Amino acid sequence: MNQTKEERHILSVLVENQPGVLSRVAGLFSGRGFNIESLCVAATTDPLVSRMTIVTIGDMGVVEQIKKQLNKLVNVIKVVDFTGTDFVQRELALIKVRARPENRAEVLRMVDIFRCRVVDVGSEYYTVELTGDEGKISAFLNLLKPMGIKEIARTGALALAREKK
Amino acid sequence: MKRLTGAEILLESLKEEGVDTIFGYPGGAVVDIYDRLVKTDIRHILVRHEQGAVHAADGYARASGRVGVCLVTSGPGATNTVTGIATAYMDSIPVVVLTGQVPRGLIGNDAFQEVDIVGITRPCTKHNYLVSDIDDLNRIIREAFYLAKSGRPGPVLIDLPKDVMSMKAPYRPGKKIKLRTYQPTYRPNLRQLDKVVRLVKEAKRPLILAGGGVVLSKGSEELTRFARKIVAPVTTTLMGLGVFPPHDQLWLGMVGMHGTYRANMATSCCDLLIAVGVRFDDRVTGKIETFATQAKIVHIDIDPSSIQKNVPVSIPVVGDCRLTLQILNDLLEKEKLNGIPEVRAPWLDQIEEWKSTRPLAYKQGQVIKPQYVIETLSRLTRGEAIITTEVGQNQMWAAQYYHVDRPNSFITSGGLGCMGFGLPAAIGAQVAMPDKLVVDIAGDGSIQMNIQEMATAIQYRLPIKVVILNNRYLGMVRQFQELFFGGRYACTAMECAPDFVKLAEAYGAAGLRATKPEEVELVLKEGLSLEKPVLMDFVVEKEELVYPMVPAGEPITEMLLV
Repeated sequence: MNQTKEERHILSVLVENQPGVLSRVAGLFSGRGFNIESLCVAATTDPLVSRMTIVTIGDMGVVEQIKKQLNKLVNVIKVVDFTGTDFVQRELALIKVRARPENRAEVLRMVDIFRCRVVDVGSEYYTVELTGDEGKISAFLNLLKPMGIKEIARTGALALAREKK
Repeated sequence: MKRLTGAEILLESLKEEGVDTIFGYPGGAVVDIYDRLVKTDIRHILVRHEQGAVHAADGYARASGRVGVCLVTSGPGATNTVTGIATAYMDSIPVVVLTGQVPRGLIGNDAFQEVDIVGITRPCTKHNYLVSDIDDLNRIIREAFYLAKSGRPGPVLIDLPKDVMSMKAPYRPGKKIKLRTYQPTYRPNLRQLDKVVRLVKEAKRPLILAGGGVVLSKGSEELTRFARKIVAPVTTTLMGLGVFPPHDQLWLGMVGMHGTYRANMATSCCDLLIAVGVRFDDRVTGKIETFATQAKIVHIDIDPSSIQKNVPVSIPVVGDCRLTLQILNDLLEKEKLNGIPEVRAPWLDQIEEWKSTRPLAYKQGQVIKPQYVIETLSRLTRGEAIITTEVGQNQMWAAQYYHVDRPNSFITSGGLGCMGFGLPAAIGAQVAMPDKLVVDIAGDGSIQMNIQEMATAIQYRLPIKVVILNNRYLGMVRQFQELFFGGRYACTAMECAPDFVKLAEAYGAAGLRATKPEEVELVLKEGLSLEKPVLMDFVVEKEELVYPMVPAGEPITEMLLV
């Protein structure tokens, strides 16, 4: 395996749902110079436990260090690296796209093709809700760009391991 | 059930943990605690600055192997502890820091003497807590001590809001602590150890590199047994000094930037490097790409994140250093090792040659050489004193020329490199070990960073000795400037310093001075014999250099020598 090749890793981190835990994790990344592409956190079915989904980029050595350092934090329960495993990945994006009368039909057609939804309609803009993996969201954004994107909000990746079939 | 105030619960919990000494400094936010503290039999040492409190607790912990405790107020009291906490964190020292905090209702309001010390110390504590519910108080204190001393030890901070300290709640002694998210691995994987045994038998040029982890795990005896059994020479990091007998022929001295020639050469030429309780700091490895390139590396450490962090390792072993060495020794009992001394002979001959051709050396002339002071101190105390050091040239000469003969006796700020550490650490060590001779080896720069703690030593009749190697320079930085900055001594001359003899007397300590080589032994003898704090001012060669020296970022074989 290539030790120095930089790769994107999705880490699923179960942590104790306590004040300051997010700061400990974020501080670890900034203090040690690790990347955070995205970070998503909310409570699980157990209100005492939260799941953080962290997307990071690094070579094998760096990602190994990240996992070890995360495991060292007292509030971290479990760290799973989905890379190389079978998992489902989704991200949600809200996109405010310009919808003038002349291109409304085109926007709606694309919404249809990408199986997303218009969740708010204004006189000049549609707000579109899209879920999918990173590739799908990027593809959709690229197609909308020429029409004019006013603003977007993305959750960052969420992931869970696939069950055995 | 008894109802106690938060302060009382705190003190009861400290007693449950066996705390007998607290280093501290009172203030508004901890006045409730102090009001109760003086009614217990816990001894309180009033320092003169909160930084001194943490360093003293740290020195106490390093000398005794127990958890050091300090107590300070909110705001500036808390921020003054940060340097001490970072020092303990870098060197993995078990310290519990108790800080006062403004009442809960005021937190976040920029109240008087409020600071978010939990936020500030998150990256330099092993863990920290804000006690926001009195019902959690006992559990948090118990957890803090457990975390501080277990696994890879480290400092833990507990922030105590004033209203939680004054309110009442039922108190029941805590149960045994078990944290589901924190379970350090003490027992090593035996399969890994089988591989180590195989490598040991195959190796022609093995070398043991021991670090602070051996001290912390109390593994010195097992290490010595291991080295003698497999006939492998031993070097240590700065933090590992004292774990191996200094007069054993397998002893190489310290490795690294100011390591001995033979230790650095051996590291570079060995075919098996057994690293125990080290973390491969850049001051040890020099240029990482050229470090121990001929060797298979075995790395034993209790912290998995230390392994493969800086140096690629052939055989990682996660476990307690002492326990791992003990199991290795047991495994080796079953092996036939009778051919080993012959196999090792050429390797030991090579090391002997390095040692005899390039020993640590200096020339004592008309002016006192700092190395001579340390060497004389080492001889007079037979290596049996507890040494604390400041940071810089004094620290490196102490490491090179004081032949410390047991663990927990060379107390120095290794990782953080914290000037001002030695004096308060000496105070802590003397409190922990009242019958031992404790000597702080200092420079004229660093002694002034926490000189106020002389008053603490006087107040509690702690007969610590301070040896000042006074060269009127910030010597280590001056050395960098001489060697790498064309001799431009930017701001490193300490042109104005106090008369240390008069200063000592002003504090009520004894002050002595030596200005000529022939006075060194007399001053040391007199100073060491006095039963009170003594400052000894040795006016040494101004521009002496620490050799060997590996320029930062160079391979450790590229040494500048005398």
